[in-house]
Amino acid sequence: MKLRNILPGTLLVFLFFSAALISYLWTPFDVALIDIKARFKSPDTINWLGTDHFGRDMLSMLMVGARTSIAVAIVAVGIGMLFGVPLGLTAAAKRGSWLDELIMRANDLVFAFPALLIAIMITAVYGPGAVNAIIAIGIFNIPVFARLSRGAALSIWKRDFIQAAKVSGKGAVRISSEHILPNITNLLIVQGTIQFSLGILAEAGLSFVGLGTQPPIPSWGRMLADSQTLIYTEPQLALYPGLAIVLTVLGLNLLGDGLRDWLDPRLRHDR
Amino acid sequence: MIHYLFKRCLILLATLIVASLVVFVTIEVVPGDPASFMLGLNAQPDTVNALRAELGLDQSRLQRYLSWAGGLLKGDFGISYTYRTPVVDMVRDRLGVSLPLAMYALLLSVLIAFPAGVLAASRRGGVGDTAIMGVTQLGLAIPNFWFAMLLVLLFAIKLTWFSAGGFPGWDSGFFVAMKSLTLPAIALALPQASILTRVMRSSLLDVLNEDFMRTARAKGLSKRAALWKHALRNAMIPVLTILGLQFSFLLAGAIIIENVFFLPGLGRLIFQSIASRDLIVVESVVMLLVFAVVLVTFMVDLAYAWVDPRLRGAR
Repeated sequence: MKLRNILPGTLLVFLFFSAALISYLWTPFDVALIDIKARFKSPDTINWLGTDHFGRDMLSMLMVGARTSIAVAIVAVGIGMLFGVPLGLTAAAKRGSWLDELIMRANDLVFAFPALLIAIMITAVYGPGAVNAIIAIGIFNIPVFARLSRGAALSIWKRDFIQAAKVSGKGAVRISSEHILPNITNLLIVQGTIQFSLGILAEAGLSFVGLGTQPPIPSWGRMLADSQTLIYTEPQLALYPGLAIVLTVLGLNLLGDGLRDWLDPRLRHDR
Repeated sequence: MIHYLFKRCLILLATLIVASLVVFVTIEVVPGDPASFMLGLNAQPDTVNALRAELGLDQSRLQRYLSWAGGLLKGDFGISYTYRTPVVDMVRDRLGVSLPLAMYALLLSVLIAFPAGVLAASRRGGVGDTAIMGVTQLGLAIPNFWFAMLLVLLFAIKLTWFSAGGFPGWDSGFFVAMKSLTLPAIALALPQASILTRVMRSSLLDVLNEDFMRTARAKGLSKRAALWKHALRNAMIPVLTILGLQFSFLLAGAIIIENVFFLPGLGRLIFQSIASRDLIVVESVVMLLVFAVVLVTFMVDLAYAWVDPRLRGAR
């Protein structure tokens, strides 16, 4: 029933991914170009969305900002999957052992540090920056994927075809990689979409408080932080980056919901 | 239950010890010496050494960890490098803003989510349900700090009903203080209320499909009475869990929102301390927040086990 979510979701996500990709080849204006005389311009045929307090073209800033957001979120989800999935699969393969217990307790420990706290600690030590933001969000993603893959893998270990694989002499590593992993890929994709949208929100939040992407590299959170002091006189500057975040995250969430219903038809009738 | 309680307490203790080690080690690897940072470039070496001794920086790492962690247990968070006042006093002042803010936001999110979730579940598939689900979808996508800026724009700048930021202090009266926390609390509550509404709705829908709901209807209860008397109580367990977990998101979210509204809470304290390299304050505040998160998770687990004995055996 929710299959209809896939279409608007895909469209929104496609829009922002292509904006980010195109920005590598072409932007309407150079985002490093500061032209104080042309600042606070209203939208017109030259600057479609107007200009900011340095006279930089808002549309170009948003396009490059999309690149920052998406890059940070993708790498952070990648870190989460790269470490989380093997940990979860190991815990499931050795269920009940001290190793399982150790992995799950370590997960609980990381869960006690919200992404923002991890970022604050890393920033206090190594200084703010996009790389440290990626690490902070990535670390936060690890237990999410570890728990998900452990839970999903446990239910697959009970299935008959795993018994058959055991009988044919396959070890835990081969069973995990050849039989368990392909069967939980759907779940991982759906969770990946959700973590991706959370990553975009987290990056925006970190950049907003100055712990993430540093100027002059444009990022949506940074643009919002800059617009905060100008909100009395130039409220439109706060509008576009915020809308960009909302539409991207909304698109990803709709896509995630749609994918879940599509990949798991049992859920389709409800929720 | 006693065995379970004992095991959970041990795990709680171990988590806190490991967490404090992680915090301490992460922040202690910082290059640079707080004493020379405080005294500036032209300080005499013996002055720096005297200050190092005073702050306890000349001790070994292990000794410093033990005195820091031991102090935390006794409620002694050390002395701020920058302000030379006990960290616990600074934290207490700031908690007087952050804690009421988080609780205000939690209250708002419950007040919004419960009726909205019940309404959506009882009119499943209808116009009300679709509208509520649409709004929550939006609420999940809006960054709360941007929502905060929009609130400022509308209610503080255009309508001038509220001030755009700052905190007058509790001395200026309960309602004046609460009023200045209202916009921040609304901004904080929005995403949480959206999540809670969705959990409330799906949990209620699960319960409405149960056999005992059919029995309740069969014995003559109206749909409404069955919902209020039987469904709601059974649907509460997942809702309460999420509510507990949200507390950590509220505390973390408050760090950002406090910056939008210039509220003198823990969040601003952390950022000021990072800027002035007042690492002992960063250490202690991070540890305090972690402690709050771990403790809430612990209590949710206990409440779960208390309500549902089957969970006591499982991990």
